[in-house]
Amino acid sequence: MKALKTLANGLLKENPTFRLVLGTCPTLAITTMAINGLGMGLATTAVLVGSNAVIALTRKLIPDKVRIPAFITIIAGFVTIVQFLLQAYLPALNETLGIYIPLIVVNCIILARAEMFACKNTVFLSILDGLGMGIGFTLALVIMGSVRELIGNGTIFGFTVTANLFDPAIIMILPPGGFLTFGILIGLLNKFTNVKIRKTGCQGCSMQCGVSSSNKEVGAQ
Amino acid sequence: MRELLSLMLGAILVENFVLAKFLGICPFLGVSKKLDTALGMSGAVIFVMTVASAFTWAVNNFILVRYGLEYLQTIAFILVIAALVQFIETVLKKLVPSLYKALGIYLPLITTNCAVLGVALLNVQREYNFGEAVLYSFGAGLGFTLALVLFAGVRERLENCDIPESLKGMPITLIAASLVSLAFFGFQGLFQ
Repeated sequence: MKALKTLANGLLKENPTFRLVLGTCPTLAITTMAINGLGMGLATTAVLVGSNAVIALTRKLIPDKVRIPAFITIIAGFVTIVQFLLQAYLPALNETLGIYIPLIVVNCIILARAEMFACKNTVFLSILDGLGMGIGFTLALVIMGSVRELIGNGTIFGFTVTANLFDPAIIMILPPGGFLTFGILIGLLNKFTNVKIRKTGCQGCSMQCGVSSSNKEVGAQ
Repeated sequence: MRELLSLMLGAILVENFVLAKFLGICPFLGVSKKLDTALGMSGAVIFVMTVASAFTWAVNNFILVRYGLEYLQTIAFILVIAALVQFIETVLKKLVPSLYKALGIYLPLITTNCAVLGVALLNVQREYNFGEAVLYSFGAGLGFTLALVLFAGVRERLENCDIPESLKGMPITLIAASLVSLAFFGFQGLFQ
């Protein structure tokens, strides 16, 4: 039961993209086409599952003080593996995603899950959590990509959908369209579901990096 | 000289890291609520980006390429950046306390700022020489500053607006960012 809950958690309730607003950089940058969103989502899921598993395994060995560098090293290792696999088997996707593949290392979803979940839970639950969060992220990227591709190019996954209905609005697959789509999708989700976002962006991530605390400190000065 | 200048201006305006390349969105959304926090964060980013790109360039060309270890790039770069940020923090605390007071709280979160790792990777990908790499990173940092400061101004105005309930907070911020990004789009093709 708990396993199922952990898995489902990332899908909607704590969807890393739409609910916690983490990992915004890849969400905005590579969702010009649905297929790119799918590729990026799956690559991130692979890294997330791998790093969650290893961190849960080694959680009793890593001293608390150096845990962040240790986590980053583990994550970077998995990112390198994924990068190799993409280069070997999906060179075209690797080409389009470009530097955003190595940048999975600094995707805050992965570090946030390591910090919030994997370093406190068993290997089995951590793998499920990684899987759930990863699928939630993939789902969000595919939705973003589909909307942008449909309006900006008239296709979804490369298939022409709106042949002569309207002229594609190219702006949607350019940077401004990314911000716009993301903002409107979160707005719609707020309107039609009654779960309120408690913490968003860096405040939603449990990292001790200090954006939330820094705001307080600066405010107090 | 002219080429270097257009490289730098291009990094600030045309290839703006935040608004055109989507790097460093988290701090862009996280600390742009007030102008003074935006300025503090930007200062730290410019500083770390420039120094980090010099170090990662050296590590890449003198160690990784020489010994055929290019596949370790991602790990090496992130570790260099993390160590460097820690080092800068310690040195500033000891030697320039006034600067540390201004930038200190922003330094730890720069390790996971994707703009810093992004610029290091771009420098390698585009095979810049040392001077170009440092200038490009400095320009990218300035571009980040420009975007952050402009956007902080926009957000201060948003505070007083009547916004529909479901768009409050993150959604309206993103929509506003879309408009600022649209404005920057006007620079496209300026230096080609």
